[in-house]
Amino acid sequence: MFGKGAASLPFLVKKERQMIMFKKRARKIYSLIFVLPTLAAFIIGFVYPFFNGIYLSFCKFKTTSNATFVGFDNYIQAFQNEGFLRSFWFTALFVVVSVILINLIAFFVAYVLTLGIRGSNVFRTIFFMPNLVGGIILGYIWQLIFNGILQNFGSNIELDATYGFWGLVILMCWQQAGYMMIIYIAGFQSVPADLYEAARIDGAGKKQVLTSVTLPMMMPSITICTFLTLTNSFKLFDQNLALTNGAPGVVSSSGTMVYQTEMMALNIYKTFYANQNSRGVGQAEGVIFFVLVVVIALAQLYFTRRKEVQQ
Amino acid sequence: MAKVKAKERPQKKKQTLGMKILTVLFTVISVFYVAPVFIVFMNSFKTNAGISAGPFEFPTAETFVGFQSYISGMFYGNYPFWKTIVCSFFITVGGVALILVCTSMCAWYIQRSNTIVCKIIYYFCIFSMVVPFQMVMFTLSKTADTLSLNTPWGILIIYLGFGAGLAVFMFSGFVKSIPIEIEEAADVDGAGPMRTFFGIVLPIMKPTFISVAILETMWIWNDYLLPYLILDKTYRTIPIHIQYLNGSYGHTDTTAIMALIVLSIVPIVIFYFACQKYIIEGVVAGAVKG
Repeated sequence: MFGKGAASLPFLVKKERQMIMFKKRARKIYSLIFVLPTLAAFIIGFVYPFFNGIYLSFCKFKTTSNATFVGFDNYIQAFQNEGFLRSFWFTALFVVVSVILINLIAFFVAYVLTLGIRGSNVFRTIFFMPNLVGGIILGYIWQLIFNGILQNFGSNIELDATYGFWGLVILMCWQQAGYMMIIYIAGFQSVPADLYEAARIDGAGKKQVLTSVTLPMMMPSITICTFLTLTNSFKLFDQNLALTNGAPGVVSSSGTMVYQTEMMALNIYKTFYANQNSRGVGQAEGVIFFVLVVVIALAQLYFTRRKEVQQ
Repeated sequence: MAKVKAKERPQKKKQTLGMKILTVLFTVISVFYVAPVFIVFMNSFKTNAGISAGPFEFPTAETFVGFQSYISGMFYGNYPFWKTIVCSFFITVGGVALILVCTSMCAWYIQRSNTIVCKIIYYFCIFSMVVPFQMVMFTLSKTADTLSLNTPWGILIIYLGFGAGLAVFMFSGFVKSIPIEIEEAADVDGAGPMRTFFGIVLPIMKPTFISVAILETMWIWNDYLLPYLILDKTYRTIPIHIQYLNGSYGHTDTTAIMALIVLSIVPIVIFYFACQKYIIEGVVAGAVKG
């Protein structure tokens, strides 16, 4: 990135200054005190399970000790697993709908609340509240509500996949819109007032102010919110488990039970723990899921970051 | 300070007709927003028959049972509810405290001694934030089992490891903005790294401490799958308990579950109203860094 001669000198000086606290002799002891607890826990809690997981996805196993290497077998089986494919499409559709809805609602609410209407702070408090309640509890709260409404039509949320889908969307909007609203409000408040003034003096209409001033200045917030809603919706598990638990299940033409409202996280969990023989497949699905989340998150960051303006 | 001013300024604006209409509209939406929680609250005072007949109706003389459901909920499912509260509370407080102390020290060291190893740790931490839990759930629970970390004490270490990503990331972001001259001055005055960190750096990091604490609290308190897979079956956190009660087949005592849901929401609501300002600031800070 830099020319070699130009960069090396200030870099060295900076490094020397940063080292001041940890002079070479004492560094080992302090690295033990400062870094080791976190590092050890991080290795136990993340690094080792992560690499072990990648390794096991190429194995057939019931427990970690009796794994035998089978190559790409698990991956082939994962892509032939109807339930997994169904959960992929269900998740994809859910992510698209919920990301768009949540961001539109949150953006609109944040816009209104920064206009200075009476009671803005009360509304903000109320809209944020569902975020503090856990996914399992939220799922059961909404199950009661949906079933209460649907029983008037002689139905139930677990009987029809359409109900399950929209139920999940409503639940997620209800929960996440408040969180995103908080971020959008901070975004609106950080737009400098003189930009609006300049736009008004230049004779921009309301619509023009929105598209040429507000939206470009809000791009960083939009990036963050789409990123958060995207990854949250993709990884959704608790709400899915509590609200429908994948029901209804339909027997497909090949005779396997395919759960209609199962999202990827729940499907992988069930592949793993419902049947001990398919653990390798479950682990492979986990790796596929991980790759998918990373690729989509990076793509999203790349595309929205490009639209951000430099301040 | 600038933030407070920005918030106060629009308040003084004259309320136009359009704004008044919006206030009314938002009041209606707010009522609908709290309705689900209110309906659960209402149902916790009704009989099971009353709930299944009409979940949206107010309790009548024959469906009203008072605090009966709260009493029966206490030991519902052959597991005392107070134990789950103690367990959740212990894991949340312990986990957050451990994360705050350990990761802030780690982040400072990583940022100040910029070696290759430190950089690798840092990028791995960022990477760990994107990885879905399902990818590591099996290997993680097996690792925890072999190291016998399946107790409420042991799970704190797992939470430290799994929550380190976000915390290290946020703390190092903040350490970067602290002028190194302050620490140099401390060094000249003869303070060692321990003294410098706890006496000087730590107080400066207070806002980030609060943000990280809020985000990690919200995560750990509500977490279901991680404690479910890792904790020994004799320990239950609140989400695990609620899931057990609903997932068990056969006759479920809906009104008792409603009562327990209400009881598990109450601490969160108190926490929320007590430190609402910090929660909202914490969310914003976490998002801006993310």
